[in-house]
Amino acid sequence: MATPATLIGRVAVPGTHGQSPARAAWRRLLRSPVARAGLGIVSAFLLIAVMTPAVHDYDAKTDSNLALRLRPPTWTHPFGTDTLGRDILIRTLHGTRVSLGLGVSSVAIAALVGSVLGLLAGYLGRSADLVLMFCMDILLAFPSTLLAIAIVAMIGPGLRNSLFAISLVSIPIYARLSRSAVLVLREQEFVLAARGLGGRDRQILLRHIVPNTLPPLIIQTTLAIAFAILEAAALGFLGLGAQPPTPEWGAMLADSYKYFTSGAWWVFFFPGAAIMLSVLGFNLLGDGLRDALDPRLRSD
Amino acid sequence: MRGYVVRRALTVIPVLLGVSILVFSFIHLIPGDPAVTMLGERATPEKVAAVKRELGLDRPIHEQYLIYLGNVLRGDLGISIVRGDPVLPDLLRRFPATVELAMAAIILALCLGIPIGIISAVWRNSLLDSLSRVWALTGVSMPIFWLGLMLAWGFGVQLRWLPTGFRLEPGTPFEPWTNFVILDAILRGNWMVCLDALRHLVLPAVALATIPLAVIARMTRASMLEVLSREYIRTAEAKGLPQILIIRRHALRNALLPVVTVAGLQVGHLLAGAILTETIFSWPGIGLWVYESIESRDYAIVQGASLFIAVIFVVVNMATDVLYAFVDPRIKYD
Repeated sequence: MATPATLIGRVAVPGTHGQSPARAAWRRLLRSPVARAGLGIVSAFLLIAVMTPAVHDYDAKTDSNLALRLRPPTWTHPFGTDTLGRDILIRTLHGTRVSLGLGVSSVAIAALVGSVLGLLAGYLGRSADLVLMFCMDILLAFPSTLLAIAIVAMIGPGLRNSLFAISLVSIPIYARLSRSAVLVLREQEFVLAARGLGGRDRQILLRHIVPNTLPPLIIQTTLAIAFAILEAAALGFLGLGAQPPTPEWGAMLADSYKYFTSGAWWVFFFPGAAIMLSVLGFNLLGDGLRDALDPRLRSD
Repeated sequence: MRGYVVRRALTVIPVLLGVSILVFSFIHLIPGDPAVTMLGERATPEKVAAVKRELGLDRPIHEQYLIYLGNVLRGDLGISIVRGDPVLPDLLRRFPATVELAMAAIILALCLGIPIGIISAVWRNSLLDSLSRVWALTGVSMPIFWLGLMLAWGFGVQLRWLPTGFRLEPGTPFEPWTNFVILDAILRGNWMVCLDALRHLVLPAVALATIPLAVIARMTRASMLEVLSREYIRTAEAKGLPQILIIRRHALRNALLPVVTVAGLQVGHLLAGAILTETIFSWPGIGLWVYESIESRDYAIVQGASLFIAVIFVVVNMATDVLYAFVDPRIKYD
């Protein structure tokens, strides 16, 4: 049965008869070259993250060969070797899993916690709203990079602690976003109609409000992953994230940056390029998604 | 108008109180006994007890917070555990270096970002537009510490055009008055030092400006596009006004309003980004200081600097809001 919500979705997009809003959005997404580029880069990185550990065993603890220290790129070591004689290509590939994993999982946690808090604040209103949003305002009163750095500096370096810090600083955006979506939707006619038909709070929230808050959340999530990868790399670079010898892109830069005066550019070029390219991929995809999902920007 | 300014200023007070609670709780995030962590495992129990007393860690938590708040309001941000100096004077001594860097970065970002955004919007969907959009998106995706390294390697090590560290050539006999080296050099008419300081500023400022530049260019483009589609622009075109006049007088003035807000928001991020940039370029501001303090576990400095930067961030955001109300005559806050 078509719910009023999906009906509204269909009416709002002329020229997409018989298509579900999701499929229509997907087609619009694939039409944009920016989004295609983003999708390509992101898929490539995800594939590397999944495949590398499956096809190549890597033990960071035993991987060093001082005889091969700081060799420039050659056919045997296409990205060169680092200060401990480790192959940078292999470490960059294995680092994909760590860096992307950190970015994706911290955003997943933040999205879940933040959206639930926002939904509750928006739906319950009054004092719950006031208290929750005040807490979010406090978190937003810090530049997020600074807050993440300060928290990890206090609780101690490491992957799990940076995961916690990055999730925490990403929560307020989600809370605000889902709260404002709820506030707008709460007064929409299809929600009032569902309530008039005797729908219960939980049912209305899950069936009618949550699906309609999804498009902005999806866009935000893509952009937030880009930001989280950058943040994780920054923490790694400051020695607060993944600890050596774990192959994480930011930590790889931290290992090597003091050698830049020696002219060994490859030690920092490749891990940094991996950070930039993966972040760019998510940003491109986020931009494309915004064009495809935001009804105000639809041209068709 | 005055009423609005006062009300907006009053909203800052609860936020600042919340910020102080969060920063205060930092010390309780330290795993285990903070005093032991600070002093190291081999500290004698007497010493641990003394530090606990000094930090007030032996009192109930609400009392600890009130003492902390009282100290902060009196300008006491604690004492560096490593060197034993009070935090605030050191912070203020290093702050001008960070401000100099952040100012240079934001000026660079505004002077390049706004024209790029305008060009992109006016010639929408042209090659120039595509190039500048890709460039802006690359800019927001840039790990600035990596860009800093690349710049230092390229322009400092390979080409030897620019210095890669510090604010002046080491050994320069120059005693600054205000710690704003460029300002001091100008005030004294010492042009050699001024030039040297500017040369040292170029690479870190470019690295730090990258993200704000990209954000400002994107915002300017979006906002210009919105304004250019308005009917009064069409009217101006119909009157036969030259395009340059339409853009300058009708479109830009309205389009720049949201850019003001975005630029204001960037100031806080510049201060946070300074931690990364200053580390690369050995720039002796609060960013490098925080980095060194993290390494030496000097928690009081990390705590003090975080509070300091957050307060600046909150105040700058408020000032931006107020400025916005001043420059936009359509906004009436009564």
